Amino acid sequence: MAERVLACAPCHGAHGEGTSNPYYPRLANKPAGYLANQLLAFRDGRRRYAPMNYLLEFQRDDYLREMAAYFAALQPPAPPRPPVGVSQEVLAQGQELVTKGAPDRGIPPCVACHGPRLTGMEPAIPALIGLNSQYISAQLGAWRYGTRTAIAPDCMQLIAAHLTEADVTAIAAWLASQPVPPDARPVAAGTLRMPLHCGSEPQ
Amino acid sequence: MRAPRIALAAAALTLSLWHAPAAAVAAPAQADAATIRQGEYLARAGDCIACHTAPGGKPFAGGRAMPTPFGTLYSSNISPDPEYGIGRWTADQFYGMMHTGRSPDGGLIYPAMPFPNYTKVTRQDCDAIFAYLLSEPAVHQPNRPNELQFPYNNRQLILGWRTLFFHEGTYQPDPAKSDEWNRGAYLVEGLGHCSMCHSPINALGGTSASQAFQGGLIPMQDWYAPSLTSNAQAGLGEWSLEEISDLLRKGVSARGAVYGPMAEVVFNSLQYLTDADTRAMAVYLKSLGQEALPPHAGAPVPPRESSLLMDLGKTVYGAQCASCHGADGRGRPPDYPPLAGNPSITMDPAVNAIRMVLNGGYPPGTQGNPRPYGMPPFAQTLSDDEVAAVVTYIRRAWGNSGTAITAQRANTLRSAPLD
Repeated sequence: MAERVLACAPCHGAHGEGTSNPYYPRLANKPAGYLANQLLAFRDGRRRYAPMNYLLEFQRDDYLREMAAYFAALQPPAPPRPPVGVSQEVLAQGQELVTKGAPDRGIPPCVACHGPRLTGMEPAIPALIGLNSQYISAQLGAWRYGTRTAIAPDCMQLIAAHLTEADVTAIAAWLASQPVPPDARPVAAGTLRMPLHCGSEPQ
Repeated sequence: MRAPRIALAAAALTLSLWHAPAAAVAAPAQADAATIRQGEYLARAGDCIACHTAPGGKPFAGGRAMPTPFGTLYSSNISPDPEYGIGRWTADQFYGMMHTGRSPDGGLIYPAMPFPNYTKVTRQDCDAIFAYLLSEPAVHQPNRPNELQFPYNNRQLILGWRTLFFHEGTYQPDPAKSDEWNRGAYLVEGLGHCSMCHSPINALGGTSASQAFQGGLIPMQDWYAPSLTSNAQAGLGEWSLEEISDLLRKGVSARGAVYGPMAEVVFNSLQYLTDADTRAMAVYLKSLGQEALPPHAGAPVPPRESSLLMDLGKTVYGAQCASCHGADGRGRPPDYPPLAGNPSITMDPAVNAIRMVLNGGYPPGTQGNPRPYGMPPFAQTLSDDEVAAVVTYIRRAWGNSGTAITAQRANTLRSAPLD
């Protein structure tokens, strides 16, 4: 399988560990269901990024699921990430939003669905640690502008719509500043009671 | 199973006659299951679904944007919806559209619809395709108006185009050739509409019969559909029938693999054809003219620059390519295509080779090759100079006789469309 997915290596690393380029995410150890949802969404155009849409356009469901399972099972160490370069104040605001949310503005905390250690939940909620801040803010932006969509109900689209630019900067910076624990496995399916119903995570 | 289907068809007929006595739906509604299956197969061979389905849209509901140098056309709804689709058409009208390029009201159809090819399809095959389309779910989706620039938005201009490029008539078998050859020619020239891309397109957007299958740049896509008549390009004269059949059905072969627009053709259409039909196409394709054309005049690169490119190219090749394609360029077919002695690498124009380095690509996932190996994209990691150097290297190493590539050419193709 490693040879079949060499096409992924220049941007995501030979073992899906991620690269120094801030816009290409780590794939390794993310829940297989999440990765499969993304591959299918890129193929079918629900998520728009031309180089990915192009690569996957003519692949079959089974094969995309196999690729997802392959990367989900890998556990390479995370490459070093650049410092985020924002003030302590901004980081504190990010931590507040990630761990407590902003109930008065309809924003649930990230940890409610992505897990107390932010390592995600099986089968389809991804880890939020181990990613660069540029990648995270680009994804939140993509939800607001509709270039990234998920199976309805698209709960992340609802949440992203409530976030301000400053919220996005703070959340992305704090998440990117967190170390990846040695065992960064997602928590088991159904462990967390999610505040929203999400189409991509069976409940 | 047959009796209930006919009973159901009869009931449907009664209902529709009662609602709309003017609609003549009798013939298609009575089509039997075997005809519908045959029609499905033929519709695959014609790849109707590729253009008449929008990305993420319902099958045959149309609306796929087709950018042309003259503006954007949108494919039409060919589902059996009575208002927006072909639900009220008769088999005669459907055949008339396929055979003459005119819609039921006599209107002229833009030649983005390959009626110059479909005119070769027999009445019986057209009827089967029509029966199949009517058996699919109706989609109540209006057709999107075309966005053509003046003066191309005047359909009367199609009359002039037709005079130059359209020759109406069902395929006539060549009695001097085998049945297999004739079957292949019928599929390639007719439903397969291969000449739509594999012939030069002139300024009027037409392909001339005298230059059929001589290769052409696909407008707006920046991919080159190589000549099928020149062995110096994708001419198949030196390929075995098995290699040609493999390429058509599986998308990969001992000689090379399909990417880009041809991957779509294999994915949507050719992988579903029978062994016999694929082989017939191979027999015909192999027989197409085999003389090498005089090479296109590419921009010359001074010898000194060319030798610098070769040095850098060899270094890049060793670091990025040799682990799969081999230091000797022989690859490991069918998963890693050979580069040595591969005309699709050395042919002019070199757009396909450059784009493969920039964008990478997967051959289509097919029944015969469900888990293809992918080529990585290098647009993100290689500079224009490195792309030009490595493409120059693979075009000239191992006895290959392609011309050198400039960094400027590589740079231009970075912005080639990916969809």
